[in-house]
Parts: sequence; C-alpha cells; structure tokens
Amino acid sequence: MKRIAYSLAPPVVAVVFALAATCVVIAISGGSVGAFLSTIFSVPNDRILVNIVNQSSLLAISGFAAAIGFRMGLFNIGVEGQYIVGSCAAAFFGGSGLVPGPLNILATLVVAILAGAAYASIAGVLKVTRGVSEVISAIMLNYIALTMSGYLVQRYGVKAGYTYATNDLPPSSQPLGFAILPGANDVWALTVIAVAVAAGYWFLLARTRFGFDLRTTGASASAALASGIGVKKMVVVSMALSGGVAGLVWMPAYFGSVHRFGVPENFQAGLGFAGLAVALLGRNRVPGIILGAVLFAYLSGQSNELQRDGIAKQVVDITQGIVVLAVVVAYEIVRRRQSRAEREQVSEELAATPAAANEGEAR
Amino acid sequence: MTGTTALSRARTVRYTTIVVALAAIVTVSAVRIVTGADRLTTPGTLRQALIAACPILLAGLGGLWAERAGIVNIGLEGQMLLGTWGAAFFAYHHGWLAGIVGAAVMGLIGGLVHAIATVSFGVDHIISGVALNIIGLGAVGFLAKSYFDELSGGGPRNLSGYPTPPTLTIPGISDGARSLADQHWFVVSDVSAAVAGATTNLSILTILTLALALLTAWALWRTSFGLRLRSCGENPQAAETLGVNVYLYKYVAVLVSGAFAGLGGAYLTMVSSSSFTVGQTNGRGYIGLASMIFGNWRPSGVLTGALMFGYADGISLLPKNGPLVHALLLLVAVFLLAYSVFKFRAGELTTAIVVAVIALGALVWYFTTTRVPSAFTGMTPYVITLFVISVASQRLRMPAADGKPYRRGSAG
Repeated sequence: MKRIAYSLAPPVVAVVFALAATCVVIAISGGSVGAFLSTIFSVPNDRILVNIVNQSSLLAISGFAAAIGFRMGLFNIGVEGQYIVGSCAAAFFGGSGLVPGPLNILATLVVAILAGAAYASIAGVLKVTRGVSEVISAIMLNYIALTMSGYLVQRYGVKAGYTYATNDLPPSSQPLGFAILPGANDVWALTVIAVAVAAGYWFLLARTRFGFDLRTTGASASAALASGIGVKKMVVVSMALSGGVAGLVWMPAYFGSVHRFGVPENFQAGLGFAGLAVALLGRNRVPGIILGAVLFAYLSGQSNELQRDGIAKQVVDITQGIVVLAVVVAYEIVRRRQSRAEREQVSEELAATPAAANEGEAR
Repeated sequence: MTGTTALSRARTVRYTTIVVALAAIVTVSAVRIVTGADRLTTPGTLRQALIAACPILLAGLGGLWAERAGIVNIGLEGQMLLGTWGAAFFAYHHGWLAGIVGAAVMGLIGGLVHAIATVSFGVDHIISGVALNIIGLGAVGFLAKSYFDELSGGGPRNLSGYPTPPTLTIPGISDGARSLADQHWFVVSDVSAAVAGATTNLSILTILTLALALLTAWALWRTSFGLRLRSCGENPQAAETLGVNVYLYKYVAVLVSGAFAGLGGAYLTMVSSSSFTVGQTNGRGYIGLASMIFGNWRPSGVLTGALMFGYADGISLLPKNGPLVHALLLLVAVFLLAYSVFKFRAGELTTAIVVAVIALGALVWYFTTTRVPSAFTGMTPYVITLFVISVASQRLRMPAADGKPYRRGSAG
C-alpha cells in the first residue's frame, strides 16, 4: 500500500504543482486563470480527441526509445536527431516508390529503423571506443541531423509551396486510417506502431536474456562486467535499438496525413525531447510511458483552444517542462525519505536485539 | 625544482600557442591568396565573425562557470532564450541599459531554477537542463504573445523598434587598418582587416563581452574565490572538509552562468539583430557548450572556440558565400593534414591515418567542386566539436566531479 502511494504520489503532485505554477505565470502576465483551467479541463471535442490519440502515439514511441537508453544507464538525448534522420531516410525511400503498393509501408518502416539505428550507433561507438559522453556527441549529432536533412531535401527534393520536400508517398502506399469518430478526421493507421513498440519493450526487458543483461548493466555496469556481460557490446547494441525505435517516431504522422518530409513545414520537430520527458514522467515503465504520452498530448491538444481565451498556447510548454522538473524532484524526495526510513528501521532493529546493543557498547 | 619545471612548461605552452596562432594566420592568408577568395578576411567579414562570436562566447563562459563548480548546464539554450525576451522587453520600455540588465536577470532566473533542481534537490543535471530548455522556449513564446502583441512594432512572435546599445569607431586606427586591408597583401592585410573589423562600429556590448571573458579568467583562476569555486567542481567533499560552503558556491556559479547566457541572448536581440523573434538563439546555447568543450574547460580555449565557431556562423550569414565556404574547405584540409603529421610524430599511427584520410577527402571534395552549400558552414561547429572530442579526447579534461551529485555532509 505504502509502496503504491510512493510510486503514484510523485507524478500526481508534479502535475498539480506544474498546473499551479502555470496559473501563477498566467496571473502575473495578466491572463485569466479561470479561463485557462476551464479550457484545459473541458471535455475535448471529437477533432481534438482524435489529435490527442494521434499525438500520443508519436510521444509514446519517442518515450520508449528514450526509455531503452535510460534502462541501460544511457542518456539518449539524441532521440531528436535519430528520428529526424529516420524520418528523412524513410520519406526519401517511401516517396521514391521503389517498392510497389502496401509492401512499400513495410519497407519504409525498415528503412526508418535502420537509419535511426545507424545514426544512434555513431554515439554508441564513440562512447565505447573513444570514451566520448553520449550526451555531448548526441547534442552535436542532433544539429548535424537537422542541417543535413534540410540540405538533402533542398538538394534532392521537390518544390512544395515556398519550401522543399521529398516526393509524395504514392497513394497506393497510403494506409487507410481508423474512422472511429464519424465526422472527425481519422486516427492514423500506424498508431498501431506505438502498441507494437510498447509490447516489444515489455517483452524485451521482462522476458528475454538480453533485457535482463540490459537492466543489469543499467543498474551496475561493474557488476554486469563481473558477471560476464560484454558491457561495450551492450552499449552499442542498446544505443542502436533505442535509435531504431526513435527512427519510427514520426512514421504514424508520415503515413497518416503528411506523406512527405521537409523541415520545417512538413515535419514535427521537438518530439525527441518530449519523449525524454515522457519517459522520465513514466519512470520507464510501460503504463507510465503511455500515461505520460497521453498527458502531454492532452495538454497540447487542449492548448489550441486557449487562443480563444487570449492565452498563448505555448503556455502548456511551460506546464510540460515544469512537470518533468517537478516529477524528478518529487521522486528524489521520495527516494531520500525511503532511504532514511530504511536506515531508521535498521537501527531500531539493531537496538532491539541485545547482542547488537552490547556490540555497540563494546565499541 | 618542480616550480621551475612547471614554470618552464607554462612558458613552453605559451610559446607553442603563439607559434600555432602565427602559423594559423599565415595559413589562412596563404589559402586566401591561393583560392582568390579575398572576402575570407575583409574587415566586413571579420566584423560579422566577431558579432557572431560574442553570443557564443557568452554562452560558453556561462557553461564554464557552472561546470567549473561541477554543475553541467545544458539549459544554456533556455536561459539564452529568456535573455532574448528580457532584452527586448526592458529595452523597449526603459532603454538599452535596462535591456542588458533585464536580459541578465531573466537568464539568472533560469539559472536559479536549474540551481534549485540540481544543487538543492540533486536532480540529474541533464534532465534539469532539458526541462529548462522546454520551459525557456515555451515561456518566451508565451511572454512574447502576452506582452508584445499589442505594442507598436510588435507582433505575437516578434518585436522591433527598441533602442540598442551605442557603437563606437576608433577613428585613426579604423581607417588606417582599413586602407591596409584593402591592399590584399600577404598576412599584413589579413591582420589589419582583423584590427579594422574590431575597431569599426564596435558595440558597447561587444566590449562588455570581452571584458567579461577577462573577468572570468581572472575571477576563476587568480582569486581565492575562484579557487574555492573550482574546488567544488573537482572534489566537493574535500572542499567541504576545508570549510567551503559548497552549496553556496554552486549556487553562485549557476546563477552567474544563467546571467551570462541571458547576456548572450541580449547580444542576439540588440547587436546581432535589432529585432526580437521567438527562438532567436537557434541552437547557439549548444554551440556555446561546444566551444567550452572544444576549449577544454578553460577561458582562453572558450575564446578560441567561440571565435572559430563565430567565424563559421558569420560566414554562413554572408550573401553569396558559396565560394567562401569552398575556400574554407581547403583551409580545413590543410589544418587536418598538419594535425595528422603532428599525431604521426607523437606516435599515434591510427589517429594520424584516420585524420589524413578525412583530410584527403576534404581535398578531393575541394578539387572536384567549385562551390559548397552554405548549410555545411552552419553545422561546422558541431562537426568540429564531434571531431575534437573523438580524436583528442585524451587531451580534454573536464572538472573531476562535473555532473556528479553532491549532498552536504557526504564527506562524513
């Protein structure tokens, strides 16, 4: 009971705190707090509801990509760059129509995974061969990915409006969405990727030898090394795995509605960082990540309605950022409290047994 | 005995630095003459480079302050963003001086959030920084919409028409150097172009930036305050046993770090440009971080890195820069070849070969094309930093306790 409270309380407290802090910011800048709260907590209309589902899938995939790294003790801040590379490669491949019809979907997804994995491997290999921190190299690689993809699209893409983009995905390769709510837009077909990734993540970590090795290495690299796990190989493989999942992040949107890639108009940037936040919020657990993704998607979805109240919708970015900060602080406080409670319990037990007390006196 | 050795080593290092710097100038000049790309070192280009370098330098110095006290500050980007808004808002209502102060204060607030999370609560520094960047971008978008939309010269995402810091030109030197630079002589013109670029229409904020670089070097390395601050980044437990209030020093360092980043934001809105837009930093906080790593966590290194990256940034902003970027490619190839020879003589065969192969690749690229897309200059800082941390990682030494959690009383 206490354990459940310990694990559920921090995220709830964090969300409440973040909303309160956002209200303070709105109040200071002269906005209406009441309008903000009533809009955020209003029942979303059908169109927004579909958007929330769609966006949740992207955020969840990104969250799982980050979580693979976290469980391994790696901070894959490069999810952002990896999904740009994955999306760019996939859109070039998918748009070329080399593989006909629905088979193109499968082939394109493979390309996205491989591109993301290959790009993530750079950071992994540099870490094990040159001792370069994966955080630093990934930050550099994120920007290189953004610039390179922009250049490639401009050089080899086609003119789309005022900017450039890749060739459109052939209509024969565009999957039909799920028309769940009549009148609203479709839920993207490839939101199922998020479900598949969630299942795969759970199975890999909880049910395979590789997952066990990965968690062990994350918990203690030296213990893993001592028990015969090839830590260096694990770093490269798990980095590639994280990057492979990252490559898929934008695919539901690509196949579902955008059908082409071009920065910034025909792309959604920032999902990588949001995914890190979602993974942190969900403590790298499957239900946690899904809930975190839904929460972030819900806030973003409702934020569009805020414009009506004269409140800039970017205010939910503040909420999201504070949620992350607040939740890690809350977890840290809980951890400190738990370890203090354990220490006290041990010393109480020691005091209760006379032998131990005598030993203590003898010293 | 050891004193003299250390002294003579310091002297050798200084001579080596001077020789390398001279060799670099001669190489740049030679490349300019060989390629005929005279615009590589005109006063205009170098002035542009200086203006591009200053915000990177401020961010890099900000990163240096925090990391020297053991706190990794990935949130520089967010603090810089807050600075851009602060500069625009306060300058619009209360003049340029208030703009500079306001930017520093906004950055400082960002630093305070980071300090509370990382120092008091022991949160992972990277997580706090990532969160801060999300908050910074959101806050600036929100604040711009809330405060600038109804102003004249403003919009939901931008503002213009606020006063900027005055500029000054040093009369005799500026003109003399400029006429020397126009001769396009070997080395002489390049150096005088740099002098002309640095003495013409020089913003007060540029002078302040360079002064802050000197101040940082002095405060962190020449005062007992700086020694204590750095000891918190090297070994906080040892510092604690010597009576240093580690939390206080870490707080001061992160607050200064945020203020510096905020000033970097002010530079972007008040000197690099005369208007504010949401997201104006465009990754310069990260480039600042890169310049700090490139500079091996030292002020002189940060300055070198910032000038180099600023040059790349400045060039990418110039019109019709295709031939310039192409000429830079030859420059890079020459430097890489020199570095390869240096590594070969140091006995690191593998590294020497890898670097030589990259250099040859750059040479082939140079001779088979006539222009290079300017997108490639935009990513130069990141590629160079990636290259440096991969190839020279043994020579880089960050503060020993950088990024490690520390709790009061953990020294026992």
